[in-house]
Parts: sequence; C-alpha cells; structure tokens
Amino acid sequence: MNYDNLLSKRVTGLKPSGIRRFFDLAATMDDVISLGVGEPDFSTPWSIRKEAVDVLERRKIVYTANSGMAELRKSIAGYLDRTIHTQYDPDHEIVVTVGGSEAIDIAIRSVVNPGDEVLVVEPSFVCYAPIVEMACGVPVPIPTKAENHFKLTAQELREKITDKTKLLVLPFPNNPTGAIMNREDLEAIAEVLRGTDILILSDEIYSEMTYGGKHCSIVEIEGMRERTILVNGFSKAFAMTGWRLGYVCAPALITTQIVKIHQYIIMSAPTVSQYAAIVALEECEEDVQRMVKEYNLRRRYLVEAFNRIGMTCFNPEGAFYVFPSIQCTGMDSETFCEKLLEEEKVAVVPGNAFGESGEGFVRVSYAYSLKHLMTAVERITAFLERHGGKA
Amino acid sequence: MSDLLNLLKENARLSNAQLADMLGKTEEEVAAEIADLEKKGVIRGYTAIINDELAGDTEVEALIELRVTPKHDTGFDDVAKTIMLYDEVESVSLMSGKYDLALTVKGRTLKEVAMFVSQRLSAMDGVLATATSFVLKRYKEKNILIEGEERDERSMWG
Repeated sequence: MNYDNLLSKRVTGLKPSGIRRFFDLAATMDDVISLGVGEPDFSTPWSIRKEAVDVLERRKIVYTANSGMAELRKSIAGYLDRTIHTQYDPDHEIVVTVGGSEAIDIAIRSVVNPGDEVLVVEPSFVCYAPIVEMACGVPVPIPTKAENHFKLTAQELREKITDKTKLLVLPFPNNPTGAIMNREDLEAIAEVLRGTDILILSDEIYSEMTYGGKHCSIVEIEGMRERTILVNGFSKAFAMTGWRLGYVCAPALITTQIVKIHQYIIMSAPTVSQYAAIVALEECEEDVQRMVKEYNLRRRYLVEAFNRIGMTCFNPEGAFYVFPSIQCTGMDSETFCEKLLEEEKVAVVPGNAFGESGEGFVRVSYAYSLKHLMTAVERITAFLERHGGKA
Repeated sequence: MSDLLNLLKENARLSNAQLADMLGKTEEEVAAEIADLEKKGVIRGYTAIINDELAGDTEVEALIELRVTPKHDTGFDDVAKTIMLYDEVESVSLMSGKYDLALTVKGRTLKEVAMFVSQRLSAMDGVLATATSFVLKRYKEKNILIEGEERDERSMWG
C-alpha cells in the first residue's frame, strides 16, 4: 500500500513539535539532568486524591453532562469570581474539557473559518498554530521581544491585524518565557481591539503561578469579556496534569458551538477527575500557595544564577520557566542544547521550538527540586566557562 | 516559620549566597539573620541525616516509652531533665496518651541498651514502667528518604 496517498495531507503537512525532537535525543542518554518538563514536580494535594479514591469506592463512574458536572461548573464560576472578578453563568458559559489542550482545540475550531487569520503571540506553547491549520485557518505569528520582557505590545499587535484577522491567541503567563501581562499591558491591547470584531483566546493555564502580584485576565478589562474565550485548567495550579481536566468559558453564543464539538468528540471529561476538581477549587488554596512559594524560591535562585554566569535573563514573573539568552556563547539554540546535553548531560529546550523569535534563548523549567536545580546550575556553569560565559 | 528557616530545615548546607538568591536578599542580610537566630536560640544546631548502614555504623537504636509519676511542683520536668543528661539518650519528649515520656536511646548492642533501661531508667525515682522497642529499619527521617531516590516519572516536555 502506498500510505502517502492514504494519509491526510493536512496532517502529514504538520510540523512535528520541536520539543519532542529534542526530548527523543535526551532520552537516548543515561544520567541526564533534565530541566525539560512542563508539569509540576509536586504530587496532587492529598485532599484531591482522597476525594478521587472515595468516588471510586462509592459511586458509579458514568458520563457526566456534556459540559461537565453542574456542581463543578458552579465551583469554577465561584473561582473565577474570586480570582479574576468576572462572572460566568455556570449553566451556559462554562464547558469542562479534557485538559486545557482540548479547550484550546475546540475553542479555535468553533470560531475559525477557512482562510481566517489567527494571530499567535510567540514564543508560545507549540499547539496553537497546528490546531489553527487543522481548522483551515492561517496562523500569523506575532514575535515578542526580550527587550520588552516578551510582553505583547499594542504596536506589535496593530502591525499584524488585517481584515482577515479573526482571533488573537494571548498565552499569558507565558510558556516558555515566563512573561506576564499586567493590567496596563492588557489595557493597551484592549485599546487596539475595541471597535474591531477580533476575538481573543486567552490561555491562562498558568494563572496561579505569578510572583510579582496577582494574575490579571484580559476579561477584566472593559469590553473584553464579550470577545474572549477564556481557557484554564487544573494541571498546573493544582499539580493535576495526569487527571486531564480543564475548562473553557465564553459568552453563551460561543459555548453553544464549543459544546457541540465537545459532545461529538469527547462526550464528557473524565468523571473521577471532575469530582476531585471540585475539592481542588473549594479546599486547596493553601496547597496552591505552598507550591507557588516554593516555585518562587527556585525562580529567584535560577534568575540570579543565570545572570551571574552570563546567560542574561529578565525577571520572569509567571509560569515555571526562565528563558535565558545564550548569546554570550555565540551558538544558536539547537547547537547550545545539543552541546550542553553531550558535554554536561543537562537537557534544556531550545527557544526556537516555541517560534522563530525564541532563537537565541533556551527554556529552563524549574518544576524540579532545589537540589536538582543546583546540580544543573553547577554543570551549566562549567559549560559556560568553556564556551564564552563570564563565570 | 520564616522562609529562611524552612530552607535551612530542608538543607542546612545551603550557602548564604544561595539563600540570598532564593530569598531575594543580600548575602549580608542572610548572614545577619542567621547569626541573630542562633543567638536567640531559635536555631539550636545543624546536623546531617545519615544512612547508618552505609556509613558502617552498627549501633542499635530503641524507642522507649516511660510512664512516670509527675512531681507535685515540677510535673514531668524533673525526671525528663535527669534522663536527658545521659549521653545514651538521643531525644526526650513529653507525650500525650498512654505514656508520658518518649525516648530514643542508642547503644552499641541490644544488650547495652537493655541494660541501660533496666539499670538506669527503671531504677529511677518516679519511673513506673518502661516499654522498649528496637528500631529495625528507618525509611524516612526529617522528610528525607534514608534509602533510594524518588523516581521522576515525568516524561513529557510540553
């Protein structure tokens, strides 16, 4: 059989993830100190796990309503009201999904028509452009700059808007840069969008991981809620990656379409996880604060360490990544990562895996113990000594 | 508890420079704070958590429960203070529940510990009863695993 003619052209045309390629390389080696992962190193808080155990013992695990358990949607609405001071109607404006990933997928598919342009802030997580392409849309990257601490500026946004622009993907706090957008930054973006028909997909999966003040959502800015599809989930905030649970919130006219796709492809998000997620939202604020505090210690340690050895690094105020420059070595991102892996057995992710504008940087995750990070820093310091750093 | 104390509790060998980075302070500030905590007696000492077997230490350790008659004016303090003078005694705590004092005692052999209990502790004024349990294996101490490492099961790089 000639599979070339059998497979979907749209899918074969998709670029494999740059993260994946590098991960496979690291996986062939022993004793690698990895700084690569994008998920918490903490265990899911015990009260959440206990709830899941209880549910497994006592209940039938059946499908829930398509849009998720009513009680969970109510908890999500309460959480959003508390954290971003915005009201969502749990009955019509919230859909519980299989992780933030599904939420992003069905959000994009529910609004993109063939040929629509979707603005994707870069560097950013790798899934947006491929999903847009599968929906026959056209991804248009908006590169952000280190000198602006990788925030999106009004000017950069304005330059990319055409009459085909349908959607702006706004991924803050940002993976991989750790950049955040504060209220003033978002006001400037809102000013550009007001009076247009451009929608926003605000991926706020790292909203609990901010270190300079509380997270601000674009939906808090006047006139933005009506045009925003808000995506969030339990993976990062509550260390629940494997539970696969997220949610998407939007005006009812949009969620009506979103839930239609969800119903056909998923039915309903995992039931045990939904029960457990209610406990996460209602009882686990202290656990979240404990984890955030620990991330913050690691973050400060890494930022100081990288700046000291010549890998300059702005102060990233969100997520759990630092994004230092490797300019002092004169290498490109991929060469740097390959050599670092070969010579010191430390794995970091090349910045260009997250878009062209990530070239010249690497992503370092601090979802690792301090002990692990300190060993890694020792090795990276030795590497920099040989390759142009100032250590 | 302060962030500084929490960090030291986890790893007392962090340098002042490392602590300063983590806490967003200067090295001098951290040094001054630690000196102050030591002076005030908040920090009582620094120690290592050791896998005795790998270290070649063959001493035996026992957990001893004591029932004690409290004294009229000083309660359990008098007995506790006498007991803690012995070098064999590693820790002494006053407990709620079925017994009053919990001790950990170390000795070269089972017999040495047993003799210590019968000759010194049991004979002590106010001690009503003792129960000795020998430690067979330690799995975790001060939140640190004594054997093996926790495995990182994460494999996705998303």
